Amino acid sequence: MNAEPIISAPKLIVRDLNFYYGADRALKDINLVIPEKMVTAFIGPSGCGKSTLLRTFNRMYQLYPKQRATGEILLDGQNLLDKKQDLNTLRAKIGMVFQKPTPFPMSIYDNIAFGVKLYENLSRHDMDARVEWALKKAALWNEVKDKLKQSGTGLSGGQQQRLCIARAIAVKPQVLLLDEPTSALDPISTAHIEKLIDELKKDFTIVIVTHNMQQAARVSDFTAYMYLGDLIEFGDTSTVFTNPKRKETEDYITGRFG
Amino acid sequence: MGPDMSYLYTRRRIVNTVSLGISVLAMLFGLFWLGWILWTLLVNGLPGLGMHVFTQTTPPPGSTGGLINAIFGSVMMVIIAVLIGTPIGILAGTYLAEFGQRGWLAPITRFINDILLSAPSIVIGLFVYEMYVVKVGHFAGWGGALALAILVIPVVIRTTENMLRLVPNGLREAAAALGAPQWKIISFVTLRAARAGIITGILLAVARISGETAPLLFTALNNQFWSSNMNQPMANLPVVIFQFAMSPYEDWHTLAWAGALLITLSVLTLNIVARVLFRQKSNSQ
Repeated sequence: MNAEPIISAPKLIVRDLNFYYGADRALKDINLVIPEKMVTAFIGPSGCGKSTLLRTFNRMYQLYPKQRATGEILLDGQNLLDKKQDLNTLRAKIGMVFQKPTPFPMSIYDNIAFGVKLYENLSRHDMDARVEWALKKAALWNEVKDKLKQSGTGLSGGQQQRLCIARAIAVKPQVLLLDEPTSALDPISTAHIEKLIDELKKDFTIVIVTHNMQQAARVSDFTAYMYLGDLIEFGDTSTVFTNPKRKETEDYITGRFG
Repeated sequence: MGPDMSYLYTRRRIVNTVSLGISVLAMLFGLFWLGWILWTLLVNGLPGLGMHVFTQTTPPPGSTGGLINAIFGSVMMVIIAVLIGTPIGILAGTYLAEFGQRGWLAPITRFINDILLSAPSIVIGLFVYEMYVVKVGHFAGWGGALALAILVIPVVIRTTENMLRLVPNGLREAAAALGAPQWKIISFVTLRAARAGIITGILLAVARISGETAPLLFTALNNQFWSSNMNQPMANLPVVIFQFAMSPYEDWHTLAWAGALLITLSVLTLNIVARVLFRQKSNSQ
């Protein structure tokens, strides 16, 4: 059963999505609508398929043999899973931030410019402006503005993660996928990034996977609860947390299970 | 702590002391021979190591001379071998690490490379002798460089592949998530992340070929005179050492020791540089 809340502006529509790791079926007939310029959180116990679902949105699974998806994921009406869909242009539209910070082995400036250079031919001056814009958006500018030429790997964990967020938004994607973006960070960095998510949803559609239910409750407008590859419940966050329709969701949220 | 516990604890401590002791002894045993070799080299090599070694060519028996032609020949052939072998090795290693997940070509390449890695160098020398020296009709520096290049390739392939595999997949995913095509991911992100390790591999390959005698014996042979012509037989340290050490002449022996010390010191320096480079890299990560 997939309860569908009324969503006025859908950004991503998932239809009958199945996902396979070899012969293992990791996602089972998922149907879901991700609203535009809102934060949607995927929660659920380990192995429930929430990260797998997130990784189908930019077809990250295609890096690995034996992983495949069937069904449809529509971004503004266009099927992402269509083989004819150019993978790299798709990924430029859908940014992603990972659980562990992944700064590239290059300067802070080049970390941000790397993605921009792939699709835009900016002058030196425009590139400087874009780098500054992205770093400001990610609330990192003040900390790094004097050391843009230093290596990105020299930053602290929380700074590295914000650098990765800046890198993702510098290419001006439409959707931002966050895969447990704060699970490797301390509480202060986490608070930084949660504040940032709130800020970023003005411009981007955000989908976040999190293990932390309080975090989902704090940052998201909509929440999807998943279990063993099924989407159990989906609705606006306050309903899911205060008045869940399904017993399984309630058990998980109240900590009786998971 | 109960009596059983204290018995267990004592036992564990004794076992620990004994195994630690055995390990230290084994280490000392290995180091002892290494130290002895270095000591012998220093004692015998240092007296012969003067300025003349670097300024004069190899002498006929009974007159004074140095090793400059052999040093020059060795350096030339090693440089050319590295210039030929490194690009091939890095490209092949990149293929194995980044594209080698699917298909049958990669496992076969890896297997053949492992064989090549452990192939006796004299076999490589004979191969180049047959394929090159016999065809052109005389020994030549190019043959030596070619034989050494064949020794460089498998070392560089192996280290490049291993170092690229150490690069976390998250880095590749992050670059892919930005929409970067695979060639850009590889050349701008993964190869760059593995750079220090790959350079270490190249330095170790240089160290490995610097002392090789057998492949040069069949290819570059030797040259008593100064020659920078790669189409002619070329002097080189390992073969000169071999020839001088086997001779009955005392001054040739002294030069052979000096040459042996030179090779050892340069290989030692290269190894230390490689290690320092690699350690700096691991610290910054």
